[in-house]
Amino acid sequence: MKLNTKFGKFGGLFVPETLVAALEELESAFIKYKDDKKFNDELNDLLKNYAGRPTPLYFAKRLSKIAGCKIYLKREDLLHGGAHKTNNALGQGLLAKYMGKKRIIAETGAGQHGAAVAMIGALFGIKTEVFMGSEDIRRQRANVLRMKLCGTKVISVESGSRTLKDAINEALRDWIANVQDTFYLFGTVAGPHPYPTIVKHFQKVIGEESKKQILDTEKRLPDYVIACVGGGSNAIGIFNEFLEDKNVKLIGVEPAGHGLNTNKHGATLNKGSIGVLHGSMSYVLQDSDGQILETHSVSAGLDYPGVGPEHSFLKDVKRVKYESITDKEAINAFKLLSEVEGIMPALESSHAIAYAMKLAKTLDKNKVIIINLSGRGDKDLEQMEFLVK
Amino acid sequence: MSKYNILFQKLKEQKKHAFIPFFVIGDPDYQTSLTVVKKAIDSGADALELGLAFSDPVADGVVIQAADKRALDSSIKVDDAFRFIAEIREYANKITSECLLPIGLLVYCNLVYKRGVEKFYSDAKKAGVDSILIADMPLEESGLVLDAAKNNEIDQIFLVTQTSSNERIKEINKLSFGFIYLVSVLGVTGARTNFSKDVSAFIKRVKENSTLPVCVGFGISNKNQVKEVIDAGADGAIVGSAVVKLIENNLGNKEKMLVDIESFISEMKKEP
Repeated sequence: MKLNTKFGKFGGLFVPETLVAALEELESAFIKYKDDKKFNDELNDLLKNYAGRPTPLYFAKRLSKIAGCKIYLKREDLLHGGAHKTNNALGQGLLAKYMGKKRIIAETGAGQHGAAVAMIGALFGIKTEVFMGSEDIRRQRANVLRMKLCGTKVISVESGSRTLKDAINEALRDWIANVQDTFYLFGTVAGPHPYPTIVKHFQKVIGEESKKQILDTEKRLPDYVIACVGGGSNAIGIFNEFLEDKNVKLIGVEPAGHGLNTNKHGATLNKGSIGVLHGSMSYVLQDSDGQILETHSVSAGLDYPGVGPEHSFLKDVKRVKYESITDKEAINAFKLLSEVEGIMPALESSHAIAYAMKLAKTLDKNKVIIINLSGRGDKDLEQMEFLVK
Repeated sequence: MSKYNILFQKLKEQKKHAFIPFFVIGDPDYQTSLTVVKKAIDSGADALELGLAFSDPVADGVVIQAADKRALDSSIKVDDAFRFIAEIREYANKITSECLLPIGLLVYCNLVYKRGVEKFYSDAKKAGVDSILIADMPLEESGLVLDAAKNNEIDQIFLVTQTSSNERIKEINKLSFGFIYLVSVLGVTGARTNFSKDVSAFIKRVKENSTLPVCVGFGISNKNQVKEVIDAGADGAIVGSAVVKLIENNLGNKEKMLVDIESFISEMKKEP
């Protein structure tokens, strides 16, 4: 490998031998194209005219009033596809196209990454297949339909907890068998090197735009940047640009599910220990033998026992603080933002909103918070129908 | 000198090759698994590959995944697995000539890391393990375990696959002890009826770039395939899913399970 594969001691490439050559090929292509003018012109054109970048940074006036300080929402929910996942799918999809790959596979939890992959498969005319746990297929039906409409084959995964973890296992197995012609379009900043680096590269636009936008409106940097963390791609995407700004406090919000003291949560950085899962060393929810635990979150996109290795690094060096929010608090935030701003957040992003509202109570009214509103909540409506009955 | 060196030297002199069955420890439960593995030794296995069940075995196909699940469902812990190996070691020493049966451990990285690498290797050594292969640990990450392997005199085994370049095979040969585990197919473990035509050429390529004995695994399920890989120059054949399938097929009839294991291994061992 030519690039650094680790973040401190975290990361690496813990994969079966078969995949090493494919990861090397992917890294080489990434190095070749990441600064290539033609590649970037094409990507930037797509980000702007296909996906709708830049996304707005919206001052949420009524929410701010309730919170008691200034809250801005980075509107990744307005990106084509309805979540930040499109940034990465376009970037990696274009890499796949430049590499001449004939088939793209992906895993998905909430279905946002799957839907983004389905869209770019249609856009580039490349065959796509998405692995999705059967439990997630049940609770994110709308996204399954979107994927199918775009021509993607959705493969139901019945093993393990039938969620994101198991979808990744199955996608990895498929890739091992079809490594010569298949591109694995990984959806988050986890997985083996070079994925954490590549996904960050394509997601860091979120933070770059946010910084420019907040400097334009507030003439200063924010006091806090808050994002939800499952695998952690939207969080890395918005945090990266602020890492060197030591006065900007960065907070990742994990799913506490039924509570951190139950066994039904997905708060990997809060409750996990260091281990090796899905190709990288990172914090993992595991038992005393090292068997991976099943997780729970109301939001499928955060229901994962691992986390991106850079988050583990940022936790250990204390640059980012990782907090957690329960299912109930997230559902309340989902309702609140819909009611006071007319913006329906994804259940994943609702965790970030819920934490920001808690935090805001302790802050002066002139403090500025940016929340990464990583996705919209249309996909969750069916699951949240009880709120309006 | 490791047990593998002695075994392969002896087989070479006899113009024979190694037949190595694979089992998941504790599949479907501790006692049955113990009886099955002892039966495999009685039936003439030259060495054993024993797997530690893992919750997320990404290199394994459906048959081994199901075996892992059966073992975990019967509450097999890593401590139990080492106790199991110690029992097998004791049994093998009693009945095989010159205490020669090498026992290989096949494991996923997280189980090693969580126990603590040095402790894992020293516990393995105490139990009687001769080699360790970590399915999701390529050369790039092997720095994590190589010292522990050396300190505890355990042979570290690596996979070579069709995607490994000649340079890489040489590098793997340099860091490996005991034997090289050649993966015959692109894919996860599991019996294949259409054995890849390139296997012979691949085995020759590995032999040309290595000095250690080469054992072929993944996808081998019958005698013709064993003959094919031996004719191409392999020193041994490792059969996993086809053996584990015999357990799965006979969960309700343990006597038949043992009969099937015995006849399968005896058949595979018969020289043509």
